[in-house]
Amino acid sequence: MKFQYSVEGGDFTMAGHASSQVKKSLKQLGIDSSIIKRVVVALYEAEVNIVAHAYRGVIDVDIESAGIKLKLTDEGPGIPDIEKAMTKGFSTASAAVREMGFGAGMGLPNIRDNSDRFTIDTVVNKGTVLSIEIDFK
Amino acid sequence: MKIQDLVDSLGLVVFTGQTLLDNEVTGGYTSDLLSDVMGFAKEGNIWITLQTHKNVIGVASLKDLSAILLIKGFEPDQDALALAEKEDIPILGTKMGAFEISAKIYNLINS
Repeated sequence: MKFQYSVEGGDFTMAGHASSQVKKSLKQLGIDSSIIKRVVVALYEAEVNIVAHAYRGVIDVDIESAGIKLKLTDEGPGIPDIEKAMTKGFSTASAAVREMGFGAGMGLPNIRDNSDRFTIDTVVNKGTVLSIEIDFK
Repeated sequence: MKIQDLVDSLGLVVFTGQTLLDNEVTGGYTSDLLSDVMGFAKEGNIWITLQTHKNVIGVASLKDLSAILLIKGFEPDQDALALAEKEDIPILGTKMGAFEISAKIYNLINS
């Protein structure tokens, strides 16, 4: 089962839309709720990262019998130092974004902690691709 | 403990979700950082925060939280209120600060 969602940078009103849709689909499929919880956390954080940091992006969701694959491809500034970005508490979010309670420097660590496989491919000044896989068993 | 019990004991304002007050509260989580709540709040928790925008409702819905409690007399934004009604998330309010109301709720839940 495949879905695609587009995400606009800066549009926080729609942040979480894809996560909410995917959550509904997984529920309908009867996937274990502890798995759904992990998918929701990882996808929400990745979705918000596009809104907070990139210009636009696309989320590809692939639900198979063994698990879910999420690919988030954005056009944006890229991540100059992935190690730093993976450090809890480090964030480059703007003051306005932080004021809303985003940009706590917990997004990427949250994704890592809730996924079975997680990779970041990034090119500075071009964009970033996150691949997240979560197994159903 | 039900949300209604907290509303009655602590004189909380109910901004929306009057019909959902029978929902069970499993515990609480106090934070103004959305990723913190996303990562660590548990299903059924009441979320104590000063954030009033609609993304709070999104997070609460995704995490299956039982309610949002706004502190220090803050009120929900209009679009947050509308989304909460749609997503069946009660929004409550208190004049107390986070420290005080968290302590009171902790004591009620654990008594």
